[in-house]
Amino acid sequence: MSENTSSWVYSERVKEHFMNPRNVLRDEENFQDDGRGTVGSIQCGDEMLVLIQVRDGRITDCRWRTYGCASAIASTSALSEMVKGMSLDDAARITPKQILNYLHGLPDSKVHCSVLGDKALRAAIEDYYQRNGIVIEQQERPAKIICECIGVTDQDIMSAAKDGAVTWNELQQKTKIGTVCGKCKTHAMEILDESLFEIHHETLKMHD
Amino acid sequence: MNQRVYLDNNATTPLDPAVISAFSEALTLFGNPSSMHSFGREAASLVADARNEAAAILGATPGEIIFTSGGTESNNTVLSSFAPGIPAGDSVILPPPDRSELVVSAIEHPAILETAFALRDRYGITVHLAPVDTTGRIDLEALTHLVSEKTALVSIMLANNEIGTIQDLAAISAIAHKAGAFVHTDAVQAVGKIPLDVAALGVDYLSASAHKIHGPKGIGLLWMRRGVPFAPFMHGGHQEYGRRAGTVNAPAIAAFGTACRISREQLGPEAARLAGLRDRLRAGIEERISDTSVNGNREFCLPNTLNMSFRAAEGESTLLYLDLENIAVSTGSACASGSLEPSHVLLACGLTAELAHGSIRFSLGRTTTDEDIDYVLEKLPPIMARIRSMSTLR
Repeated sequence: MSENTSSWVYSERVKEHFMNPRNVLRDEENFQDDGRGTVGSIQCGDEMLVLIQVRDGRITDCRWRTYGCASAIASTSALSEMVKGMSLDDAARITPKQILNYLHGLPDSKVHCSVLGDKALRAAIEDYYQRNGIVIEQQERPAKIICECIGVTDQDIMSAAKDGAVTWNELQQKTKIGTVCGKCKTHAMEILDESLFEIHHETLKMHD
Repeated sequence: MNQRVYLDNNATTPLDPAVISAFSEALTLFGNPSSMHSFGREAASLVADARNEAAAILGATPGEIIFTSGGTESNNTVLSSFAPGIPAGDSVILPPPDRSELVVSAIEHPAILETAFALRDRYGITVHLAPVDTTGRIDLEALTHLVSEKTALVSIMLANNEIGTIQDLAAISAIAHKAGAFVHTDAVQAVGKIPLDVAALGVDYLSASAHKIHGPKGIGLLWMRRGVPFAPFMHGGHQEYGRRAGTVNAPAIAAFGTACRISREQLGPEAARLAGLRDRLRAGIEERISDTSVNGNREFCLPNTLNMSFRAAEGESTLLYLDLENIAVSTGSACASGSLEPSHVLLACGLTAELAHGSIRFSLGRTTTDEDIDYVLEKLPPIMARIRSMSTLR
């Protein structure tokens, strides 16, 4: 861990987006969205709303609102710039790491804020698919948020299971899931069990 | 206008110019106050003068005060004196053996809360958290039920750092003493801001710190009534009546003494001035910004402290937009603390997570001017409008 000795607490890029956020949803512009998604919770201090317009499988425009800290505002603003013109497939695959790179990094304790941006976007894409009756294949299905406080998805739980998590404690150690309000525990453990079953099944098949 | 406005005096304060002078002069008197020669005696004399000043601001006797590295060490020293298994020693006064429980308030500073929890985890002693009402005042009825013949120590802060609420320590001491328990108060935020007298408070121990009263960091004190349980926290020397080992930090102590003197001399008028500015800030904010609420207690509050919650505006964003305008405040938001939980003080007062995340503390000090308040009242409303226009909460 290194000490941040710059005059501002986050990177210049974060500061720039915080001071001049792009694509904020304004009441008066009456933005017609083709999909929208909300993630986060006020309990944790961050909530994000992302709206997208879609033409021919590409995101043509994007708006957002965020209740949260400076890095949450900056990361949603950054995301809204990144996705314009992107295909839905590519947009659904944006990772927290890409957002972090775009912002030139965030302190560890802040990463969960920027993690939410991509989840909100995926929820908006899923909403777009749903509204248009488009069924997508399992593998391309966007990850689903299980723990709203930290932004842990079913895919994160699957990865943790592959990484050896079996108990709730082990899952928490690997993903920090449920460390705020803990409401997701039952749901998360169901998914962990399903994941473990799937992994076990795969392993058996390999040995056949 | 290109001014810097510092409204975070409960975090720390700028050195008073007179303190800087005293500090600088004392730095040249390098002798070890424990030495018998003239170099040592010069330094020892500075320390003696400072101890007298510290005693004066507390209404205490100089011989009952030891200097420490700050409020945190003073707090650790007191609580650790009630741990089980302390061996007898020269300066040790053992606590009653049949009492092993600590009672601390739910809104204590981490220097008390985490110390109490560390003792609990290490020695298995029981720690009770005394609840507060919605204004942050100790529920005396509940406290009465928590204190028993098993209670060794009750430790309750005199004034809260986040919301400024002042406790009725005399009543708290009476409750604790009636049950045979000792009483400590973390008075780090109260000393120098409100009139204070250890006899009137009825407490047995009191912690204070220099950097909250325009003195330097790294120096504080612990006052204790004669004969109360005590065990040294720092070992390795006979300094401070054998109660706190380590070469005595004479320059910092001299600066602390000067800070105590100035605070004591200016106390009444300065408290009235700060309360006036604070009330104008509050009224001005309420007039210009909708959906706000004031946290803490209007009647029993530090004159320099104003803690307000702003709906639909997360506190770290507010803090950082204000910082970009050269205004320094603090927040009870989780985002600013590095944890995911907002202020334990505001939650203990029953605030919702949203209002705790949206809390801003303005803490005024000796350098705060009328112009500072005007500047904040000019800059805050557009910032709040901007944050709210971006917020998912409306």
